[in-house]
Formats: sequence, structure tokens, C-alpha cells
Amino acid sequence: MTTHISRQLASESRRKFLRTGSALVVTFSIGGIGEAAAQAAPPKTVAADQVDGFLAIDAKGNVTVYSGKVDLGTGVRTALTQIAAEELSVPLARVTVIQGDTLLTPDQGITFASLSIQVGGMQIRQAAATARDALLGQAATTLGVAKDTLTISKGTVTPKSGGKSVSYAQLVGGRDFQLKLDPKAPLKDPKDYTIVGQPIARLDIPDKVTGRFTYMHDFKVKGMIHARVIRPRAMKATLQAWNDFDCRKIPGYIGAIRKGNYLAVLGRSEWAAIKASKAVETTWSDWQGLPDKAALWEWLRKVKINKDEELQKIGNSAETMKTPHAKIVSASYNFAIHTHGSIGPSCAVAEYKDGKLTCWSASQQTHLLRKQIANMLGMPPGDVRCIYIDGSGCYGRNGHEDAAADAALLAKETGLPVRVQWMRQDEHGWDPKGPPTLYDYRAAIGDKGIVLAWESEVFAPDRPKDIAVTLLPAELAGLPREDPHPGNIHQSLAIPYTIPNIKATAHWLAETPFRPSWIRTPGRMQNTFANESFVDELAAAVGMDPLDFRLRNLNDPRGVELLQRLAKLANWPSRTGRVQAGDVVKGRGVSYVNYELVRTYVGVVADVEVDKKTGKVAVKKFYVAHDCGQIINPDGLKNQIEGNVVQTTSRTLLEELQFDRAKVTSVDWKTYPILKFPDVPDVAIDLIDRPAEKPWGAGEPTAAVVPSAIANAIFDATGARLRSVPFTPEKVLAALPKA
Amino acid sequence: MKLALNVNGKAASIVVDDPEMPLLYALRNDLGLHGPLFGCGLGQCGSCTVLVDGKAVRSCSVPVSSAVGRKVVTLEGLGTPAKPHPLQQAFIDEQAVQCGYCINGMIMQAAALLQTNSKPSEQQIRAALAENLCRCGTHLRIVRAVKRASEAMT
Ligand code: FES
Ligand code: FES
Repeated sequence: MTTHISRQLASESRRKFLRTGSALVVTFSIGGIGEAAAQAAPPKTVAADQVDGFLAIDAKGNVTVYSGKVDLGTGVRTALTQIAAEELSVPLARVTVIQGDTLLTPDQGITFASLSIQVGGMQIRQAAATARDALLGQAATTLGVAKDTLTISKGTVTPKSGGKSVSYAQLVGGRDFQLKLDPKAPLKDPKDYTIVGQPIARLDIPDKVTGRFTYMHDFKVKGMIHARVIRPRAMKATLQAWNDFDCRKIPGYIGAIRKGNYLAVLGRSEWAAIKASKAVETTWSDWQGLPDKAALWEWLRKVKINKDEELQKIGNSAETMKTPHAKIVSASYNFAIHTHGSIGPSCAVAEYKDGKLTCWSASQQTHLLRKQIANMLGMPPGDVRCIYIDGSGCYGRNGHEDAAADAALLAKETGLPVRVQWMRQDEHGWDPKGPPTLYDYRAAIGDKGIVLAWESEVFAPDRPKDIAVTLLPAELAGLPREDPHPGNIHQSLAIPYTIPNIKATAHWLAETPFRPSWIRTPGRMQNTFANESFVDELAAAVGMDPLDFRLRNLNDPRGVELLQRLAKLANWPSRTGRVQAGDVVKGRGVSYVNYELVRTYVGVVADVEVDKKTGKVAVKKFYVAHDCGQIINPDGLKNQIEGNVVQTTSRTLLEELQFDRAKVTSVDWKTYPILKFPDVPDVAIDLIDRPAEKPWGAGEPTAAVVPSAIANAIFDATGARLRSVPFTPEKVLAALPKA
Repeated sequence: MKLALNVNGKAASIVVDDPEMPLLYALRNDLGLHGPLFGCGLGQCGSCTVLVDGKAVRSCSVPVSSAVGRKVVTLEGLGTPAKPHPLQQAFIDEQAVQCGYCINGMIMQAAALLQTNSKPSEQQIRAALAENLCRCGTHLRIVRAVKRASEAMT
């Protein structure tokens, strides 16, 4: 593979750049990003077993929290601030959170799977508790009193009986704790909470609504040039020829970089780069390797199965299916390929200087990204620093990491700071996708309407080397790759119900058409759609109310309480009944999940209207009962729940990736429509707070139950069973019982 | 070539080599205004919305030259964190933001709506924002915020 830098770049721009100097000057400072960038390698530990990894208290008593988990628009920054302020007993305003900087923040894993509070936040809580305990001990010595006679308020330690006090600033201000994080350090009693559990207003909102917030897209480095990437005309096509003759007429055009099938154009201004991306001429090989979309599910059924995995096994379902006179119910479901669809396409900036690379992006996984970029560029990971800056909301592994790698590659090739902004068609066309998933179900029902056996099978992509979330530039440029694999998509296929014979099986497929990645509620959404639709089918088969049916098959008191509260909230059943006059009929559907069988409980009721003439489904209202244990911020939680309902209603009714044999063809909002204001359902929420329990995640679980609740409501309204997401008018019309 | 603009009540002069460059890039890159954001460049999402002579305009889809002689207002021009516009205050009060990337468009489109209809119904707000996209699903809060602002702006 050869690198091609056109002449202008080598001569003109580089000279110009050297003239302006390459000192890194960051144009803004928020949450310490600018400051951190300007510092020379601060000797801060990022060890996750050290208090100093997570916390610092400066000479003024201000607290800095270093979080490996990042705020993807979820409000996690505010929640983490609350957790740290509470545990340390300092006012909120004294706490700053720095997120996702490989030089400063511990590796707390990827920001996914609704774990930011449950895992990331609890590490920070424990670090704060360790610090608090140590500070109390130190204060006892300083004040010459017993530790248990002390109390802390606003970062100051005072004897309960009054008298001389000492502040955190005096005790540790500006120095390291040099303390191992103690997993057993005593936690504050939730009864004493004044910050956690409160609907604290989000800290980022005032800046966001006044145009003062710095998104990744706003971030600038001095001397920065602009790049646009030219993606292959067909997904796996080879770049046969290219020329930038017409680009050279564009004022501000710098040049192009070509490496294998990777091509990017550079401009001194953003507009020059955009114009060059349209003017550059390319010839690509013909590649037509995608499956026929019209026969996607038939194709998927023929894909080689790498291995089968038993995800749940209780009793002997195979034998039970043979029970004489048992009624066998079976159904197959499928779930379309989805795109993340962030409103702001991915964007990143990178700078390569003195053998070291700094990369700013909205990556949800800076530590992992650092490894990937270092690997791609053949650099030691210690020479790469990845820094998170809030981007447009991301709902999983979208294009952020690829854009970061674009910027890194181009910065290293040119020696210039480079900003890469994906265009809309790049984001829709090239972000990794939620993979297509297929299901087969069977159940045996005994004579008294009792479900005797349940079998489910999922067909989903396996995780071998060849199915991975590659870094796109590494793949296209033929550079070394170290790929992560979409994980845990088997979760939530196992069911929470007390059916005596259960078997849930995953068939791990050797192939999937697009780079698969996690999109909000990965696997659990698809699996729960199929599970809870089939539960509804069984309830109908035995003629039971679907909510009663779930209650009858549940012996988990927390789940039972949740469903009872849901019934009350939604005033269940109060259904309109199957026989309705007119073209527009109403229905309601219920769905339930105990996320991964071990954490957050969610139950929902959906109210829908179906137009039997047009097949259009209108989701009018969602009722949500939600139990994620201890609530950190009830308003932030409601915001997340509403977002889950609205986004998933969109995915359920409208969304489906379009493609031909060569490439994605749904590359904008016209070809990949999402839900618009007039069609957004209302949401009523009942939060079950359990302050004494562990906090669990809430970024995803509600989404898991939305598709099945809608499907079940459509069935209630019409008798039509929708088994294929999205529920387009065509599919609804085809499923309507013939009059 | 030099273009004389009027942005947020102030005269601003910028040098461009292409008058066809979309207004969005002039605002963001030449004038450092980050209220309007790039979302699609196709006029489909609304995240780049600004007011031009009081009308909501998608700045990604109009040339910078078209703004000459007109009054451009961006999100920054409505109010500041210390002195927010009633719409901005209402978005804070309703906590009507998740990632916030769409919010510029929501507030600017709503500002245009409230100029022609000071007391819109929920239905009218939804209709006015129909072509503004939000991926985080913040819609219900956004509608409540616009309603709240309309009530505050008596
Ligand atoms: S960026 Fe202008 S409408 Fe989408
Ligand atoms: S709040 Fe994220 S796109 Fe609307």
C-alpha cells in the first residue's frame, strides 16, 4: 500500500503550517479538557484500584472526579457529580467531572450496556467513600478526637459536639491520597442523602440551550486543517484510479491522501474540503457481495452456524413437546437492521507531534480506542492519548471511533492537526449497524391451559475474528486491526417465567452483512421483542388476559409488584374489546422485562390506534413502571425513559436499513425516516425508588419492552400479529385478518 | 471577497472565496458561533436553524451571500446563560435536553413559531416542529418547553 500525498500538500501547506508553528493551543476549556491538553504529561495515576485514579481535591477544596464512563447525552455527568458530592459531603458546585481521557481517567470499560451508574458510578462512590473514611481518620488525629465523634458538612470535618473543625482542603488539598480503593469502605447511609435521589438540574443544559456548549464538532486546534473522507462506491470495492485535477481549482484545497482503498481530501477550510470531496474523481471495482434485501431472511437461514449455545435450560422441553393432546404453538420473528442515526454525524480532531498522537473524539470507549489506533498506526499505546468531548447523542458504537481513526491516520500522514467531519451519507452509510436477527419459537400447552414447555432459538452473528467492529480506516487502508466484538447480544433471551420446561438456544452465525455493533439495548431489544410477543401469543392461545398470564407465571415478588403498579398506572385492562366499528381501531398491549434476569425491571402498556384502511399504526401513549433500585436523579431517569420509549417507537414503526447488492442506499433522513413530533406518543411513568438497594442502569431496559408492547397492542386492536420489525403499513395490511 | 453581514445585532465582515458557501460554515467557522450545528447539510433535520429577518432558515442550505443585507440571529443572539431568552429558560426549566444536538433547531424554529402564533396549542407546536428531528427522543419535553415559554411570554 502506498501513501499518496499530492504535491500541494507536501510543499505549500506544510511550509505554511511550519510557519504558523505547531504548538498545541486549545481554544476552549471545559471540564478540564483544554487545561489537561496544555499540561505536560501530568503524573496522575489512572489505576482503577487507587483513590487517586478517580478523585482529586485541590487546595481550595474543589473536587475533581475522573470518570472513564462518559456522558453520551444521558445526563450521566450530572449523576456522577451527585454521587461524588453526596459521598464526600461537599456541595455539588465544588465537583467537576473529567470524562474519558486516557491520560487522566481510569479505564472503566466502554460506556454501554446501562452500566455507567451501576458499575462506573459505584466505583466512584467507593473511591469517594474510601477518601471520606481516610479524611475522617486524618481529621481525628489532627483534632485529637475520636473518629466516630466527627461529622462532615460541606467538605469540613467538625466534632458533632461542636468545636474546632478542619477542611478537606487543609487535610489533603492539592496532594495525592495515595490510598488503595477500599471496596469495603463504609458507605453513607442512604437515609442521610441530600443530593442523591434529588431531581438535580443537569449541569450542561444552560450552555447547551444558549449555544455556549462545546461539542466535539465545535472543537478546534490551532493550525487545524479539514478533511473529508471518500468512501468506496461499493462496500468492499477496490480503488482502481483516482485524480484530483478538478480539486486543484478549489481555493483552499490542500491535497489528498490515499492508502489502499482509503481516500481523503484536505482543505484549509471546511468548505474547500467539502467541495473537493465532490470534485475528486474515482474509479472503483464492481462489488456486489451483499445479500438480496428482498430475501434477507431466507439468506440468513442459510448462513453457516458456527456453534450453538444453550442460554437457558430447565426440565426437558423436547420430551414435553411430545405430551399427548398438548397444543403446540409456534411462531417466527425477525428484527430489521438498524442504524444509530445520531443527529450530528461523527467528528474528530487529531494532532501528531514529536512522535505522539492526541485524538479528540466523542468515542464512548477512549481506552479501547487508544489501543486500536496505536495498533493501526504501529505506535506504542503510551504514545497515543484519546480524549472524550461530548458529541451528538450516540446510542452505541456508531461512527465516532471510525472518525477518530480517520483523524489519527490523516494527522500522522500529514503532520498537521486534522479535523474530520463525516457528512450525513457517511454516517448513515458507514456507521456499524444493529445486525439482522431471526427467531423461532415453540410452546406446548396442556389441557388446563397451562404452558408446559417453551423453546426459543435466536440466529445472530457470532463473535469470531471476522465479525467485529473494525476501525473503518484500518480496514480500508489495509492497516493492522485489533477489533472488539459486539458482545452480550445473547442476554435476555432467557425468560423470567416459571414454565417447567424451558430451552433457549443461540445459533451463532458465521456471517452478517454489515459491520455489526451495539445499538441501544443490543440483542436484549430483539430478544425481548420475540419473547414478549410469544408470551402474548400464548396468553391468547389459552384465552387469558396477557397481564394476568404474566403474573401467573412469575414468582419474583419485585416483578409482581412492578406489574401490579403498572396495571394501576395504566388502569388495565379497560380495553376497548376486539369488535370495533370504523376503520380506526384501538388496542393496548403489555410487555415486561427483568433486564438480563438480574437487574432493572420494566413493565409497559402501549395504547395504539390502527387504521385498517391504510395499515398505519399510531402509538398514542406508553405507561411505564420502572424499578432500577436506588434512583440517583429521578428527573434524569424520566428523561432517559421517555427517550427510550420515543426512540424505540421510531425503530419499531419505521426503521429499516435499505441496501442494494453493493451498498447502503438509505443514506439520509428521507430514505431512513425516523419518528417526527406529530407521531410521538405520550409517556406516563411510575418510578419505584428503592434507596436502600443498589442502583441499576436505565439507559436501555425500557427500550427492550417497547417493540413487543406495540405488537401486542396491534394484536389487541386488530387480531393481526406483527412478527417482523418494523411494523410498516404494508406488513400491517398483510397481517390483518381477512374479513 | 468581503461580505458584510449583520449577526446577532452586530455588523460582521467576513472574507470568503466562494459566495455559494452555506451560511452555516460562515457562522460556525468564520464567526465562531456554535449555536447552529451541522446535522445533515441537506435541509432535512433542522439542527442548523437560524433566524433570517425573523424567519427560521436552515443555514446549511442557503448561501452565505443570501444573508447580506438581512438580519441573522443565532441561538447565541437569543440570550445568554445569565440572561436567557424565555424559550431558553423554558428548556432549562423543563430539562428539555438529552444530548442537545437538535436543541438549537428546536429553539430557533419555536422562536419563529411564537412570532406568528404566540399561544400555540400542543398540536400546533408539534406541527411546527415536525421537520425538526431529534434522535434522543426528547420530543415531549421540547413540546412542554415551548408551551411553557409561550405562557411566559405574555
Ligand atoms: S444541517 Fe441543516 S437541516 Fe440538517
Ligand atoms: S436531544 Fe439529542 S438529538 Fe435531540
